[in-house]
Amino acid sequence: MDKPFAITLDVRTSLANHTGTWRTERPVYVDGVPPCSHACPAGEQVQQWLYQAEDGGYESAWRRLVEDNPFPAVMGRICYHPCESACNRGQLDSAVGINSVERFLGDQAIAEGWTLPEPAASTGKRVLVVGAGPCGLSAAYHLRRLGHAVEIRDAGEQAGGMMRHGIPTFRLPRDVLDLEIARLLDLGVTLRLNTRVDDLQQAMCEGAFDAALLAMGAPLSKRAYIPAGQSARILDALAVLGDVAEGARPQLGRTVIVYGGGNTAMDVARTARRLGADEAIVVYRRTQEQMPADASELEEAIAEGVRLHWLRTITQVTGTKLTVEKMRLDDEGRPHPTGEFEELTGDAVVLALGQDVDREVLQTLPGLVVEDGVVEVGPDLMTSVPGVFAGGDLAPSTRSATVAIGHGKNAAHSIDAWLRNRSVERVVAEPVDEEPVGYERLNTWYFSDAPHAVRPRLELARRTADFTEVVGGLDEQTALYEARRCLSCGNCFGCDNCYGVCPDNAVKKLGDGANSYEIDYDYCKGCGLCVSECPAGAIVLVPEDK
Amino acid sequence: MTAVKFYQVGSRAVGNRLLDPAHRTRQADPQRRNALNSGHRACQGCGEALAARYVLDTAVDATGGRLVTVNATGCLEVFSTPYPESSWQIPWLHSLFANAASVASGVVAALRATGRPDVRVLAQGGDGGTVDIGFACLSGMFERNDDVLYVCYDNGGYMNTGVQRSGATPPAARTATTEAVGTEPGNPFGVGKDAARIAMAHDIPYVATATVAELHDLEAKVRTAMSIRGARYLHVLVPCPLGWGTGTAETVKLARLAQLSALFPVYEARHGTVSSVLPIREQVPVEEYLRPQKRFAHLFAGDGRPDVIAKLQEIADRNVARYGLLSEEH
Repeated sequence: MDKPFAITLDVRTSLANHTGTWRTERPVYVDGVPPCSHACPAGEQVQQWLYQAEDGGYESAWRRLVEDNPFPAVMGRICYHPCESACNRGQLDSAVGINSVERFLGDQAIAEGWTLPEPAASTGKRVLVVGAGPCGLSAAYHLRRLGHAVEIRDAGEQAGGMMRHGIPTFRLPRDVLDLEIARLLDLGVTLRLNTRVDDLQQAMCEGAFDAALLAMGAPLSKRAYIPAGQSARILDALAVLGDVAEGARPQLGRTVIVYGGGNTAMDVARTARRLGADEAIVVYRRTQEQMPADASELEEAIAEGVRLHWLRTITQVTGTKLTVEKMRLDDEGRPHPTGEFEELTGDAVVLALGQDVDREVLQTLPGLVVEDGVVEVGPDLMTSVPGVFAGGDLAPSTRSATVAIGHGKNAAHSIDAWLRNRSVERVVAEPVDEEPVGYERLNTWYFSDAPHAVRPRLELARRTADFTEVVGGLDEQTALYEARRCLSCGNCFGCDNCYGVCPDNAVKKLGDGANSYEIDYDYCKGCGLCVSECPAGAIVLVPEDK
Repeated sequence: MTAVKFYQVGSRAVGNRLLDPAHRTRQADPQRRNALNSGHRACQGCGEALAARYVLDTAVDATGGRLVTVNATGCLEVFSTPYPESSWQIPWLHSLFANAASVASGVVAALRATGRPDVRVLAQGGDGGTVDIGFACLSGMFERNDDVLYVCYDNGGYMNTGVQRSGATPPAARTATTEAVGTEPGNPFGVGKDAARIAMAHDIPYVATATVAELHDLEAKVRTAMSIRGARYLHVLVPCPLGWGTGTAETVKLARLAQLSALFPVYEARHGTVSSVLPIREQVPVEEYLRPQKRFAHLFAGDGRPDVIAKLQEIADRNVARYGLLSEEH
């Protein structure tokens, strides 16, 4: 080799120098648990369907959504969206309007006629679902998709359960509910209405069912003993809501007293306003802060002129005269009577004090344990009777449609595992216990200030005039804007920051969009710049093995 | 579907799948030149290595690849070309510490003489090679209005030789030659020079400052500079984890804080007059920028030196007033 004076080496590229050997920590891409998904009782992968919606891929977004929940249009109206309460964007400006995007997708699916995914090949197993409410329907959907034959039996004339009988039409128009139920039944679910299951054991034997899910809910209104004269008009909230949902317009009078502080109380008070009551007064024995009603429902009720009398119990009703006793809270926040009384006038008193399960049917199944008014279940939602599962309001739960839908999904997977003789724990472990990605993991510098898009609401004056839906939907522009406000907590969304900020060109870009990057550990020095500049906190540093 | 304004990461991230490729940075492009390739020996988290690739990839793109670079002695030269290796993917020339600007002028003259005026020339150096050692050559290049873009990567000291003070070291900073001792610890106030303003005083067509934290801004300035003929100067703030005593993952964050605290004003000037500034989104106290840096640790030890921090805050406030850094978007 002929080299110039004092030169002994060939010129070469620095690629020969593998600087990756300097590294003591290595960056690794992760898929964290976003707080929205973590908070969703129905187990929706919210960040993932928002990601699909962000580029206008509404159908793929909807398809991702219905992997977990077959009722987007219903949920987009009635869910109390714990996802939004958990949303990290709430700490930056205001939470992403997840619920409104869900409704947009649900309505889009109805408009476009998108159908649910086809069921898997038949397994030959038969499952009986008792109750066609949110839990039963959700379970039937997931069981059908897993290839099982499903029969739902319901004592009522129509499917929907509390979604139909307990939720006023101004929150959930029935055509939306009907459409989403029909779409689900189209998968080949047998629905037998007007069929009350009186003896569960017998029903399972006769129908040759391999497993059963009890999802009859808690249809019985709780009563409170109130001494009342014969002329007093005391009604039950569920009965009022049920009648109104079926088109009846009962005359409740000019002043309606609602007793209770939950969502049903709010719904019935708002319904009373629409039925012509000048005054709807909610009487609740604790304080406004302690009311179990969701904040959004309470807010809308107040906006519609519903009045609240908290720290009061009704002690007597005589004709239109009510005696209420003032309560006071002790140090632990429990209400105690004070001996001070007041008088109220009301043409009708509607009781909304909570609901109980129907124990009569449950007693027909030997070995079923009922405790604290609900059916005892394991983490896999199986009752003490093998092969019999329970979910929704019937099982221990916070009693909302969303929780029931989540129960339905989890029960379906447990039943599937049980039918296939698989370990159920593995299936139930699916909603990971991993901590959700916190705000501090995000690099919010990169997110532009973009405040929450407000859904149009019906003018107040028009609201109490009839049962028209109060909350409107978002148009496409606004829905897209809202979806794009997602911070994608803990999950790559394809912003190219890692690829850009590496001083060593050690991040390779393989395509476009989320998760299209790869770290070249031959050259990565482990500086961590990609980690700290990732807006979503989707990269972490882990120590190198010695 | 009509266009919807892009809200997710605004225009601050490097790219994003939802952005039209035309609005992404050059660095988001899988086909970017990688002018400074992997395997270079810069420290972990080096701001200068990052800035050099940012600047040169854009310059290569803006000139259609017809670009020659001249490099002063300094970190960038040392870590990119330890014989026999080179990290450069573009024509690259190194002569001495002091003469990068003059060599660049010579390359321009040679290209003109050989009938290739379409090939453009970019000179680059650290703050030592620019504001101290190479300053006479640089000033000469400016006053002759030679067709060179000179880029200074300012990390505030002579870092590869052991962190000695330069004319760009900020006041109060500890270096190997300005120890944190005595009543006025660190680099004294009232010394050093502002190279960008001196460049402006030459009335050259284009002067700009930038940081590694604002990539869109930096790339736009390189493109503007390459669209102009004549002497141009770009001063880029590049945090140095070694010399500043900062975490290797904090390089971009510190550059961002330097701009947000107004200690490093980001602006551009044409023919000696400031023509636009990068407004501060949300001003932060200088303390937020100083505290993470060990070179300022003596300002926070014990009872701290609030008097010195107040003097640094005065400098920042003066920058805000001088350049109108809190004004609305330009």
